[in-house]
Amino acid sequence: MGEMALELNGVRARYGSVEVLHEVDLSLRRGSVLAVLGSNGAGKSTLLKVTAGLHPIASGSIRLDGRNVVGWSPDRLARRGVCLIPEGRGVFPHLTVRENLWMATHLGVTRKDAEAMAFERFARLGDRPNQLAGTLSGGEQQMLALARAVITKPSVLMVDELSMGLAPRLADSLYESVRQIAADGVSVLLVEQFARTVLGMADRAAIMVSGRVVIQGTPADVEAHLSSAYLGG
Amino acid sequence: MQQFFSYTVSGMGTAAIYAIAAAGLVLTYTTTGVFNFAHGATSMLGAFTYWQMRFAWHLPAPVALVLCLGVLAPLFGMLLERGVMRYLDGTSETTKVVTTISLMLGLLGLSLWIWNPSASRPFPRFWEGEVLTVGGVRIPYHVVATLAITGFVAIVLWLMLKRTRFGVSMRAVVDDRSLVALNGARPHVISMASWSVGTVLAAMAGVLIAPSLKLSALPLTLLVVNAYAAAVMGKLKSLPLTFVGALVLGLGTEYLRGYQGSLRISQKLMPGFLASVPVVILLVVLVVGRSPLRGQTITRVRETVQRPTWAGSTGMGAGIVLIAALLSDVLPRTDLFTLGRIWGLGIIALSLIPVVGFGGHLSLCQMSFAGVGMVMIQHLGGRGSPLALIAAAAVPAVLGMIVAIPSFRLSGIYFALSTAAFAVLMDRWIFLLPRFRFLGMDWDIFNGGSLDLRRTRFFGLSTEGNRAFFVYGAVAFALVSVAVVAIRRSNYGQRLIALKDSPAACATLGMNIKVAKLGVFAVSAGLAGLGGALYGQGMQSATTESVQFLSSLTLLMVMVVAGLNSPGAALFAGVFLGFGLNNVIFGKLADLVPDRLGWAQGFFDKLGTNTLIVVGLAGLSLGRHPDGFVATRLRPRWDQILARPHALLGIGGTLGVAYTARVAGLIGNWPFAIVTLVVLVFVPRVIIPKGPGANAEDLSGDPEEVMIRASARGH
Repeated sequence: MGEMALELNGVRARYGSVEVLHEVDLSLRRGSVLAVLGSNGAGKSTLLKVTAGLHPIASGSIRLDGRNVVGWSPDRLARRGVCLIPEGRGVFPHLTVRENLWMATHLGVTRKDAEAMAFERFARLGDRPNQLAGTLSGGEQQMLALARAVITKPSVLMVDELSMGLAPRLADSLYESVRQIAADGVSVLLVEQFARTVLGMADRAAIMVSGRVVIQGTPADVEAHLSSAYLGG
Repeated sequence: MQQFFSYTVSGMGTAAIYAIAAAGLVLTYTTTGVFNFAHGATSMLGAFTYWQMRFAWHLPAPVALVLCLGVLAPLFGMLLERGVMRYLDGTSETTKVVTTISLMLGLLGLSLWIWNPSASRPFPRFWEGEVLTVGGVRIPYHVVATLAITGFVAIVLWLMLKRTRFGVSMRAVVDDRSLVALNGARPHVISMASWSVGTVLAAMAGVLIAPSLKLSALPLTLLVVNAYAAAVMGKLKSLPLTFVGALVLGLGTEYLRGYQGSLRISQKLMPGFLASVPVVILLVVLVVGRSPLRGQTITRVRETVQRPTWAGSTGMGAGIVLIAALLSDVLPRTDLFTLGRIWGLGIIALSLIPVVGFGGHLSLCQMSFAGVGMVMIQHLGGRGSPLALIAAAAVPAVLGMIVAIPSFRLSGIYFALSTAAFAVLMDRWIFLLPRFRFLGMDWDIFNGGSLDLRRTRFFGLSTEGNRAFFVYGAVAFALVSVAVVAIRRSNYGQRLIALKDSPAACATLGMNIKVAKLGVFAVSAGLAGLGGALYGQGMQSATTESVQFLSSLTLLMVMVVAGLNSPGAALFAGVFLGFGLNNVIFGKLADLVPDRLGWAQGFFDKLGTNTLIVVGLAGLSLGRHPDGFVATRLRPRWDQILARPHALLGIGGTLGVAYTARVAGLIGNWPFAIVTLVVLVFVPRVIIPKGPGANAEDLSGDPEEVMIRASARGH
């Protein structure tokens, strides 16, 4: 097994005839955190969708633990350890908290263990196991989505805009949970608009502009180019 | 007291069957998001299949039950998911409902094809004649068995949906299909399982109820309308409440039947009312239920509402009148009599465009409005008075506003169900009422079941003759189609479309939503009444069968397949249903097949006489082409041709030559009709191989990808 958990090489993706990802190269080192930054419409969410198998790529390759996974379905990728928390609360609103956690047991964890793992890390969820997920607060919904990631023990965790719509303090506490998941050896790919939130916890970072990765390097390197990338200077 | 227990036992038996049927509906809706109008047709098919195995092939009952409910029903459910339902992701609720309506019509047609409807098929009950006596009350074994089965089904379903991961996944798929896959589950496998279980429950209900309905295809198919009320009491999601609803329905109907003699209601009015009790309960639950029932909301769908051009619309209207005038000159009077009904049906189809196409309110009762229009002509148009035509539009318009009232608090499938309940109420009760006295007057609404309809006279001009009526019908259709286009292009039309997209946004912009809804229903019902008047006058007589709920479904089906927002599609619907196009086409094909291929002749003959199966099969492709074929294939090309004088001249010239040849007797009616069809439908495809419709053609393929593509184009 190589040192890269996830590698994207020359990835192109289209919506109809419009190309939205142009020759994207990215790599995520095993056990590290990679932050992908960029403004609205930069192609960050599409990047995660193609990696999770939700959208086809037009050309290029995606390797998971060295194995080409292009054309794999999302469920097959999930069973191979890819976990995506999509933008805008990745929960089932009409299922209870407990039932949402059961949905993460397709990979062999028992329900009892799943609930124990989730409630240990997110005690607030343990207080309301039978509440419908759609009635939870935004922060609690993100906790539930992260709890799923904890249960499935993924090799690669991808999180899309975790802080969206949340108060800064709540977002910080959720990112702290992500940091703990990463500390357990999970490779993490974070996508964010608000750069400074995630640069502090990333090992490497990249900036996307109009479907292209324009800068890739250490957080310090990337931070130096943030203004020009965001403002087009 | 003995009598009361006896009614209670009988009512509980009926309630148990309703409960199984309604549970299947609720299960399919909660796990797939599709309200399955074909649930009753699936019940019917299950009952016929069991009858075939048990009584025609003489298999032992347990073997027939296992084969029917354990093998064929689940396989059929899987096939449905794989072949039809999978493609409905991202379509509007209208498309979903209409697809299941097409399935219902297709299955009904299939059963009529396989099992001769006029043959008698005895279907004895399970344990016929055996009775258990408890405290002096005699309970038939089959009732005990039905209650036991229902209890078992209730427990298994509850455990499955609440206690198994697979059941929880079934509910999760409705919330977010992609997220289910991201959790490592297979959404398509889960959906297949949902459809399988739903189909098994439908077939089970069919096998249990068939003995009391004498194995007849249509009543069995419509049985599920009775179960709607139970399902709606459970708000289409709660199985326990659904079972309670079934109990209310079964017992209520049975008590009313039992004690009708002691009620102070004219006995003349009762038979139809008793048959309507389930739909009356459905209407009451929908209209006065505690909380508003909102259908699914889809923020972005694959359907589009094109804005027709004035040139195209008036050109089409003028073309229709011109072609009708030419045809009236060459076609025999008998053919003109048959063709006369296409205009009325076409106008009824046009009436669907404002309410369903622009407004997004699924109306399943347009033929009922048409029936009211006919009734007005019967009672007020005895001397061909044009005032009767005004009444034929005005009375249904008022009725339409009343039907629209539930739309203030209902949307989506719930509102569609209220219109279905209205249609069934009209079919089973109002149109069948015998002569009665009310407010000091004698009333005979549908003239004893058959209307005798005089054609209208306008200021001395009579439309009595078949030629005159044919041209008059064409003029009326053209005028109404231009009026519908005018609505679409007006501010009011744009407001309707905006209202469909986002009622909340419209309300915040100051729009009076209630007035807009009442308005569109009044217009639509008025047009349907006018169309009904012309349809009836075309036939010069009408029976209640021609305006039944099933006719409304068939018309809506054909209209949606052709393209719900297009007047051209309404013309197609009128021609297809009024002229019996499939009968003509497949009948001719059967004539062309050599005698030695008897099986092929039989096949085409059957297709020709079975409109339902043709319509049903056509509708199953809706998931792939939700905008319909006229709107996506024909109309865009004709819009371009109208802007090319040379092409227009060529087409007009060819038609002129064909017409001259026909008048001169050089060619017969059939070659003339074929040339006309080829010129109008296929030549535009040659002149403009990739019209602007290419955009619409892009909207096919994987639903998720399609939505993303549509959003990228700003649809």
